[in-house]
Amino acid sequence: MSSDTVLEVENLSVDIAVPAGTLHAVSNLSLQVEQGETLCIVGESGCGKSITSLAIMNLLPRKAKLTADKLALEDRDLLSMSESEFAKLRGDRIGMIFQDPMTSLNPVFRIGDQLEEVYIQHGKGGRKEARERAEFLLEKVGIVAPTERLSQYPHQLSGGLRQRMMIAMTLMCDPALIIADEPTTALDVTMQAQTLNLLRSLQKEFNAGLILITHDLGVVARMADRVMVMYAGRAVEIGSAEEVFDMPTHPYTQGLIDCIPVPGRTEPGSKLGSIRGIVPALVGDLDGCMFRNRCDHVSDPCLSGDIGLTEISAGRAYRCHLSPEESKNKLSVEGAACP
Amino acid sequence: MNQLMGQFGHPDSDAVPALECRNVGRTFMIKKGMFAEKQPLKAVQEVSLQVNRGEVLAIVGESGCGKTTLAKMLLGLLEPTTGEILLDGVPINSVSIKDIARKVQPVFQDPYSSLNPRKTIEQIISLPLKVHEIGSKESRRARVEEYMRLVGLPKRLVHSYPNQLSGGQRQRVAIARALIMEPKIVVCDEPTSALDVSVQAHILNLLQDLRKELNLTYAFISHDLAVVEHLADWVAVMYLGRLIEFGKAIDIFNNPKHPYTRALLDSVLTPDASLGLPEITLGRGLPNPLSPPSGCYFHPRCPDAKEQCSAEQPALIENEDRLIECHLYK
Amino acid sequence: MPDTIHPNGLEDQVDEFEIAVPSPPELMRRRAKSHRGFIIGGSVVLFFLAVAVFAPVLAPYGPYDQELTKRLIPPVWDAAKGTWDHPFGTDALGRDYLTRLMYGAQISLMIGFFAAAVSAIVGSTIGMIGGYFGGRVDNFIMYLINVKLALPGLLVALSLVSVFGGSILALILILSFLFWDRYAVVTRSVTQQIRVNDYITAAQALGTSRTRIIIGEVLPNVMNQIIVIASLEMAVAIIVEAALSFLGLGVQPPTPSWGLLLSEGRSYMFFMPYLINFPGLAIFFLVISINMMGDGIRDITAPEGRN
Repeated sequence: MSSDTVLEVENLSVDIAVPAGTLHAVSNLSLQVEQGETLCIVGESGCGKSITSLAIMNLLPRKAKLTADKLALEDRDLLSMSESEFAKLRGDRIGMIFQDPMTSLNPVFRIGDQLEEVYIQHGKGGRKEARERAEFLLEKVGIVAPTERLSQYPHQLSGGLRQRMMIAMTLMCDPALIIADEPTTALDVTMQAQTLNLLRSLQKEFNAGLILITHDLGVVARMADRVMVMYAGRAVEIGSAEEVFDMPTHPYTQGLIDCIPVPGRTEPGSKLGSIRGIVPALVGDLDGCMFRNRCDHVSDPCLSGDIGLTEISAGRAYRCHLSPEESKNKLSVEGAACP
Repeated sequence: MNQLMGQFGHPDSDAVPALECRNVGRTFMIKKGMFAEKQPLKAVQEVSLQVNRGEVLAIVGESGCGKTTLAKMLLGLLEPTTGEILLDGVPINSVSIKDIARKVQPVFQDPYSSLNPRKTIEQIISLPLKVHEIGSKESRRARVEEYMRLVGLPKRLVHSYPNQLSGGQRQRVAIARALIMEPKIVVCDEPTSALDVSVQAHILNLLQDLRKELNLTYAFISHDLAVVEHLADWVAVMYLGRLIEFGKAIDIFNNPKHPYTRALLDSVLTPDASLGLPEITLGRGLPNPLSPPSGCYFHPRCPDAKEQCSAEQPALIENEDRLIECHLYK
Repeated sequence: MPDTIHPNGLEDQVDEFEIAVPSPPELMRRRAKSHRGFIIGGSVVLFFLAVAVFAPVLAPYGPYDQELTKRLIPPVWDAAKGTWDHPFGTDALGRDYLTRLMYGAQISLMIGFFAAAVSAIVGSTIGMIGGYFGGRVDNFIMYLINVKLALPGLLVALSLVSVFGGSILALILILSFLFWDRYAVVTRSVTQQIRVNDYITAAQALGTSRTRIIIGEVLPNVMNQIIVIASLEMAVAIIVEAALSFLGLGVQPPTPSWGLLLSEGRSYMFFMPYLINFPGLAIFFLVISINMMGDGIRDITAPEGRN
């Protein structure tokens, strides 16, 4: 682990007890985030992307069981940490931005108090330094008249402003890692680009690692340094944004990319590509490829056994029986049929 | 205005448009606080547009732009306070809600809240027939199965409940319910924005095919411009209750004229890893619709605002291939 | 009507990974089967119901048959005087106590059921109307509910009984008047949540009448709550009926109401405790089992609504 690595996760699994048995929400997931790097986790609902972020934050529901070979933040072992130690870490070394800022800002306290509280609680300094830090950060997130805003309540702000406040709040203690779970999904399109721009520039400026969880391929392509595509609780494809979008290796990634209309690329009114079938319920013993029911390239080896990640090059891997050449040929043929 | 709409856009101006809005507006009286006087909230103002049979009209804009209020008026659920809405040339307020229902039906955004959880799929899809007393029990059953097949729902789900269906299947049920009355117009209010990406493609393809097969007209409300570009023939851009640009989709996407439309188009994030994030300088979010800015509603956020823009409200005028409400165009 | 099977529609065959999700009725059946309180409570209520319905067949005597020579015979387990002719003994007028108790179940269940049902119909209608229409209608209904809540219910009931007398019909109506407000409060707030759902808007866009929307779309979603309240109110109604009858304001003698039995047995309490014990235990078991059943129904129909 290089000294620049902020977060290292090895073989993370999350099992949740449900009436029907055990739900394997996340299976053998490994990831790394470097300083100043943006890792996008992309997938559809139920793929385990949000559970992964909750697992890293140690905020899993009580019924969930976490196992991992390694879970380390800045060389500190998170697995052996007590809940009180973790509480000190959250808000300090790890910041989190949720989809709906209303749920993470307390409606009965002034914005300023909430921002300062984070700072003081983690022993960074007194009320005065906290206020200065808050005003500094509010200017950073592009809020004019920060002093006035700090004395307002969350409901007095628009959605876009609230999300900026959340970004400022996560930066109060200069975190090493920011986890943003669908941070712009609730925002209007024009606010989305502005908020993402802000998040990106501040993350680079503060040199924090960023895990961005989203279902929006456009956001991923524009924001990510590296991309992890998740399906059925597993990573199915990992690589740089260019690699994943320009040359997807996993049939699921290809399917996702074909599904969305892209101005200038898809012919208006043409048929969009699509993925048939349903997402598997991850209950009970899981065997074989989880995507086999929706895949056009199924062969015998897909039906059983463990399909591991195949590494193509450093930082580039995928979970499929097709060899890189095979997948290139088959997927590009399909891609040509469905422009 | 009517004259202007008549000459504008459509090559065969003799044809009666399937749907036409003439100067439509809706004002709500909002009470702020217990003793405060009621204030007017102009949710929709002076909207004029039209769409022909078999075409797709997209109404785009951000939340709070009045598109949902407009949709409710198109469905006959809200009466316009000014102007009129015409279906096949017939004013909507001259016919009963049941007659409107035979012509216009909705598909909603959230397939979880649009289906009654206590009813079976058959009961849900056949409700329109029951309310309108069409057919016998047997013929209704046959028709439900016919429409389930049409929207791609397996027959075995006929006695299932909504909780047993996936999001995509639920949206298909909602579409079948809307189509079983054989309406001419379907008002789709963000029909795919609550769905997963792979499911969204299925539903968009289905809506396309149904339109061709049944010669349907869609009023398609969306904030997703990529989807709009893919589906729409006509685009109406709304801002704070006002129609600011209306024209053929191809024209608007190739050459957006209104600064707000341009900003909207710039904000579309295509999945192209070689591009960075667009720089958009619209400033803060929407102004308070209870006290809209003076002059052009968009001027506080507009990068091209002139002095005139804060003083004088621009009128909706015809400019080459479209209608536009902006002082930059004469 | 074109007849195309949609190419991207789901096939009619079941997907390999599809798991069967139970339907709401099936889910309720499953929960009911594994809910101990519901099964025990329900069985006891069913037992009382059977006794009440078949009292004319099962009871060894008529409820009003007096035999003054056989006054105050103790139950059969009294070694000295007990007899199998009167397993639960006789009362002060020589009437068979088992028979009286069985007919008493009729009165209790009838009054309990109808009081709960009438108040459910009235209260839920009021509540759903207020919740659905909102605005002035709702303001008026909230006013009604507040007035009702401000009334000292039991005192009003007592005075009404003393004016209108203690016929069973009068008791049912008076008890219904006591209980309608809880249904109204609950159905009103649930209806407010339901009203904003898109399936209501979809029904409106069909031109469905308001009555039809309330009965067809709203009611099925409120029904669970109504049944839960009804079961709990039924238990309360049975107790209040017994209390009123005990005070001499309810069902009039010689009708065999349990409350009346208690009242009649009062003077013999120390010498003939069974006269008090039997009706007391009957009320106790019926009420507690109805409550267990009601709790069970809530767990079965809406487990997320607990607490």
